[in-house]
Amino acid sequence: MNRRELIKAFASAVPLTVAGRVWAAPATDARLLVVFLRGAYDAANVVVPIGSDFYRTARPTLGLAKPDAGNPNAALSLNADWGLHPALRDSISPFWAKREIAFVPFAGTSDDLTRSHFETQDTIELGQAAGGSRDYRSGFMSRLASELTRVKPISFTDQLPLIFRGKTQTPNIGIASVGKPGVDDRQARLIKDMYAQSDLASSVSEGFRIRDDVYRSVSEEMTAANRGAVSPRGFELSARRIGRLMRDQFNLGFVDVGGWDTHVNQGAATGYLADRLGELGRGLAGFSEEIGPAGWRDTVVVVISEFGRTFRENGDRGTDHGHGSVYWVMGGGINGGRIAGEQIKVEQATLFQNRDYPVLTDYRAMFAGLLQRQFGLQPPSIQRIFANVHAAELGLV
Amino acid sequence: MRDASVWTTLASRRVCATVGNLHDELDSMEPTILDKFRLGGIAFLSGCAAAILSSGPANAADLSPHDLIFLDRLTFGVNASSAAHLQAVGVERWLNEQLHPLANSVLPEPAKSQVDAMADVHKVPFDVAMSFDAQAKSANQVADPDQRKAAQQVYQQAMNDRMKQAQARSILHALYAPDQLRQRMTWFWFNHFNVHQYKANLRIFVGDYEDRAIRAHALGKFRDLLVATLRHPAMLRYLDNTDNAAGHLNENYAREIMELHTMGVGSGYTQADVEALARILTGVGIDVKAEDPKLKPELQSQLLREGAFEFNPARHDYGDKTFLGHEIRGRGFAEVDEAIDILVHHPATATHLAKQIATYFVADNPPDALVQKMAQAFKATDGDIAAVLGAMVHAPEFNASLKPGTKFKDPVTYVFSAVRLAYDDKVILNTLPVQNWLNRLGEGLFNHETPDGYSMTSASWNGPGQMTLRFEIARQIGSGSAGLFKPDAPNAVDKPAFPLIQNALYFNGLRQTLGPATLAALDQAVSPQDWNTLFLSSPEFMR
Repeated sequence: MNRRELIKAFASAVPLTVAGRVWAAPATDARLLVVFLRGAYDAANVVVPIGSDFYRTARPTLGLAKPDAGNPNAALSLNADWGLHPALRDSISPFWAKREIAFVPFAGTSDDLTRSHFETQDTIELGQAAGGSRDYRSGFMSRLASELTRVKPISFTDQLPLIFRGKTQTPNIGIASVGKPGVDDRQARLIKDMYAQSDLASSVSEGFRIRDDVYRSVSEEMTAANRGAVSPRGFELSARRIGRLMRDQFNLGFVDVGGWDTHVNQGAATGYLADRLGELGRGLAGFSEEIGPAGWRDTVVVVISEFGRTFRENGDRGTDHGHGSVYWVMGGGINGGRIAGEQIKVEQATLFQNRDYPVLTDYRAMFAGLLQRQFGLQPPSIQRIFANVHAAELGLV
Repeated sequence: MRDASVWTTLASRRVCATVGNLHDELDSMEPTILDKFRLGGIAFLSGCAAAILSSGPANAADLSPHDLIFLDRLTFGVNASSAAHLQAVGVERWLNEQLHPLANSVLPEPAKSQVDAMADVHKVPFDVAMSFDAQAKSANQVADPDQRKAAQQVYQQAMNDRMKQAQARSILHALYAPDQLRQRMTWFWFNHFNVHQYKANLRIFVGDYEDRAIRAHALGKFRDLLVATLRHPAMLRYLDNTDNAAGHLNENYAREIMELHTMGVGSGYTQADVEALARILTGVGIDVKAEDPKLKPELQSQLLREGAFEFNPARHDYGDKTFLGHEIRGRGFAEVDEAIDILVHHPATATHLAKQIATYFVADNPPDALVQKMAQAFKATDGDIAAVLGAMVHAPEFNASLKPGTKFKDPVTYVFSAVRLAYDDKVILNTLPVQNWLNRLGEGLFNHETPDGYSMTSASWNGPGQMTLRFEIARQIGSGSAGLFKPDAPNAVDKPAFPLIQNALYFNGLRQTLGPATLAALDQAVSPQDWNTLFLSSPEFMR
């Protein structure tokens, strides 16, 4: 029985009932990492509509060449219509070949057209309808956590993001800057003693445990580095740490990566965006390596961003705020190597408001479908996470 | 158990230099202003400079745990000088001072001089915005994209500087202004009328917003406070009302006025009321151009400008509206005044505000009876904030809440109370470490993205990662001066300072509020730094 059949079996199993509450049938070791590219990455130059002549017209300086084995700066072929940015040649292409990554073009917020980073990031993290009054203390990953049993959520961020705010108590840890804790073991023990009889006892001891686990995991990596291994930096460093922690400790994670708001000189096959992409790709590959083959089989990584950018380049060799984006879904057990979800031909006539990709797959519908399959969640659970949302069946897990 | 005072004598060898400095400072002061607590502190810490001052420690019986918690609850944290003042004037006079302070907060000279040196602090938003707009315009006109980017970065950096200065001003007030309750209410109202510094150019406005819109009205009439926020460019930009015009409605601000600022969510207004208020608010916005907008002659008398605030009649929807059951005749800015009156006098507003204030000062779920008394005071005094606070403090439910461990401190209160306790009235010279601690703890000043403001309930702040981080910051504050006495300037010298927490106030009062587990842990401290870290990490200091 392979992973997909296993999940199907769980999904159809009779849900367990504990004290009147229907619990999701636990999909054993399922893990989910959501990677948020803050700033709205230029999806059209990453998963490139190579079949579109309009693409090259619209992007005279930024456009990537059609796949060409002899040209290192050309897009890499995904299928007849789509290509991949060459900065992802060594990191992400191999996943495509192994069918461990799928791309969902024309994805985003169907009901938030503000094109404001601020608004739309909130919209996605809350996972609530964009109109009307929203509950800012209820992020969708927090709601997801409360639907799962044996969940170990964590946010790999300096602060607890909106997406994890809510009833579940999710720890956060700034993964890029883990240093040796200043509070030493003796002080930690004395502090735990002070709290032993207090209502915060478990929060305090759990906090020290996570801190020590994270630090131990980071120390291992430093030992490795001392043996001559090349030390990764930036997002790759964070992603590798996250991989080790999600291998051993946590099964529901969130991390964000900034720096995608490319209004000026974003570059084409090389340049600013290419550098950021290279780092992202190395990070995700590093994550997969660190979580290990067994962990990777049970893991789904979803890469999202608040919106896409203008399909046409602007006067500054950059792109402005747009609408539809392209989401990534990765994992050792996914049905990848595909461009998933509803699609249309990319040409001027199909642009949204004659400037952007439209949104054909709503982020909530996509997540609802993924979560339903990956964690074996029943429709009432899905409705509690995303009210009034019809799950999109993309056949990815 | 090791006797604490003996331990202090041992420990004080490590801090002799610091204590020596303090002695020098104290020697130069008039004895009459040396309160008995501080004298007590010297007596305890005189292990290295044998009994410089002859006065004995204060009478421990003078400082009841109840009074200390009372003081702690209504200020940004108890310290020796504030305890001495409460002791000197008595609870009722102290409360009267706090509820009815001088018109402007008076900072001690070393804090005031830091504020006075800040750019733009004495300018109005109109002038600040004009000069920043000019800078932005010239940056955007640079032809070369890379040079333009550099010019834009200079502009951004200037805005960041104003933002840090605004935070510094806020911190200096919170730590050192004697009208502490007004400072607590300033934080509370800023959070209630939250704006986020990183939206658009708000970094240049947040300081003025806090100083002139919020702090100036923090203890006054709620209506004046609401109107001050409504006329401030920070709010008009943050909630987009400056984009709200007849035919292009933007409901954002109208909705939040009702949902957050006045009546509260679920209090009976409808979407139709939101739209009506949005229409009433059309034309209320910002104008930082010197010349008036071009208007038809018949509208010119309707134009209102005051600083950056503008009511532009050409953008106003002059139709009649029905708002919360009232027929409002379309006639210009007078509609806004009328709607504000309706909102301020709505019973839901009194209850909503009373509940928010009680949540901030008393408990995550404040007793209904307390909320009702406060709401009653609000209605009886036409929304007098000081009267609402007076009603709260005099209610038996408030008194009953003055027990150790009832109210978990949010990060802002935690950090401010630690710095106040550690350095008392020795004014810090650099607030950046404090700004960083607050940001790391997730409650940075002016840094909440969404209009609902930071959560005031404990569950939002006492998670595992958050507790561990607090202990790290307890260690930073407890172990040394942590950069607080090194001015943020090139080649600045770090002035010697040490947090003196185990002082007379501790022995004469705070110690009595600690439970056996905490006392047992403190007894195992191996140095003053260690003792401070443990004390600031204790469950009692978190509350």
